[in-house]
Amino acid sequence: MAVAIIGVGHTKFGNRRDVNVPELAWEAMKQAFDSANVEQKDVDFFVVGTAGLWSSEAAVPPLMAEYAKLGVGSMRVEAACATGSAAIRVGYTAIESGEADVVLVLGVEKMQESTNPTVIEIIGRFGSYFWEFENFGLTFPAYYALHATAYMAKYGATEEDFARVAVKNHYYGAKNPNAQFQKEITLETALNSPYIAWPFKLYDCSPITDGAAAVVLASEEKVKEWGIEEKVWILSQGVGTGTANLSKRESFTSLKSAAFAAELAYKKAGIDIDAPYKQLDGANVHDCFTAAEIIAYEDLRFAKRGEGVELIRNEQTYIGGRIPVNLDGGLKAKGHPIGATGVSQAVEAYKQLLSKAEAGRQAEIKNGRWLTHNVGGTGHYSYVTIYSLEKR
Amino acid sequence: MEEFKKAVERNIAEYGFPVALDEKTGAMQWVDMRKLELSYLICIDNIAPFFEGMREGKLLTTKCKKCGELFFPPQKDCPNCRVSEMEWVELKKEGVLETLTVVFVRPPSFAMHDPYTVAIAKLDDGVKITAWLRGDPRKVKPGQRVRVEISRRKEGYLMYELVPIEG
Repeated sequence: MAVAIIGVGHTKFGNRRDVNVPELAWEAMKQAFDSANVEQKDVDFFVVGTAGLWSSEAAVPPLMAEYAKLGVGSMRVEAACATGSAAIRVGYTAIESGEADVVLVLGVEKMQESTNPTVIEIIGRFGSYFWEFENFGLTFPAYYALHATAYMAKYGATEEDFARVAVKNHYYGAKNPNAQFQKEITLETALNSPYIAWPFKLYDCSPITDGAAAVVLASEEKVKEWGIEEKVWILSQGVGTGTANLSKRESFTSLKSAAFAAELAYKKAGIDIDAPYKQLDGANVHDCFTAAEIIAYEDLRFAKRGEGVELIRNEQTYIGGRIPVNLDGGLKAKGHPIGATGVSQAVEAYKQLLSKAEAGRQAEIKNGRWLTHNVGGTGHYSYVTIYSLEKR
Repeated sequence: MEEFKKAVERNIAEYGFPVALDEKTGAMQWVDMRKLELSYLICIDNIAPFFEGMREGKLLTTKCKKCGELFFPPQKDCPNCRVSEMEWVELKKEGVLETLTVVFVRPPSFAMHDPYTVAIAKLDDGVKITAWLRGDPRKVKPGQRVRVEISRRKEGYLMYELVPIEG
């Protein structure tokens, strides 16, 4: 049973201390219900992606059942920074298996209910607690910085190359009214910012963000029954899992779980694994840190190993290049509310494919396919999803 | 932050509730009165020889008696053979640095430490190890030979660290 996104909702990302958790979630849910033109009673099941701990409310599905009047089954899912895509997976498989016809998927995170140091402390614990955090105090930027250092040493990339990713993503973030940072930056600004975890500086890092995003998923049957014209199909999804300890991995210039997930997604979608970018119109990749975007180009086979850095140097991931990437500003400029990010990427895929993105950040849609790459931890969980205007 | 806390105290007395206005949005916040302290009890009983070894300056780990796979960090069970018959073997405390980072912005629970270097090295026995790297990180890069040393940390307990081998 094919599965489509029939409605989307997305809040402004950033400091959202103007609302509490259910109010923030409802902002996205309301938009999703409205755009799908469905009532709460039409929903068979709902999934909430939220990582939590930095925010007060843990039982978000019951909270939203109460606040939004949803009386059906639900599930809360967590997969670190890939929580949102894990939530989509639950909804997608529920419909694909015939268990449900209409599923609401919500991703919500209010990270700014806690102070920045507390959030840094909590995210540092997303790897192997005992062997990495307890004794060596790894932070989230540090886990990815270990990859950046290895990439620089192996392929000759520089801190300036990484800064180019930040410049691109801020360029597009400036055109996205929902982005946390709607300001372009220069290479100098990025390069002159203070070190967080060498070689990463402030502008190499995605921020601490509040935000919510929601999608309404429906079965092919419902799409036909309701005569829905505006929709985007989930063509395929690949999922991978990496080791908890980075020391258990062969390479630090690739996230094996992401390459694995990509291969699965391409095969199921019938996309040529040697040049997938020729069959896609664009992608959202998990740029929690600048170097992660470059590594993603290679794990997704947009470039050969070691040549991902050439894509950013030659502006090949801007509109008009080989494949436009993160035209919503990415995690870097749009912000990264952990549980909402994967759902936000799905919202962006829907907007791009239906040519609903804001002026200056709309890709040219020729192939009718968009890819999202959402990574939890440092390749601990990887989700690659391909969205399409046409069903398989 | 201090001013924020003072405002909360003042508001409890004058306004009647633990509230304060968010600096950026001006939105009123209830400032949580309940604090949570997390500190876990983690079982190390099944890998106790690892810690015994460190007390003697040795780096020990487990090797499956049946298939011979070497595990680091040490683990109780071999998933290949589905048996728990492991032997404890001593690792050579030398290897090659694979990657490193310097953690400037530290978690609050590491606030007592200056910025520290975390590195991953591949030991000559084939397993990789994550640890702090002693010395000036600007003088080393991936490929550097390193050795493992066991010493007391600032907190007073024993831990392994990586040290560049000169020359």
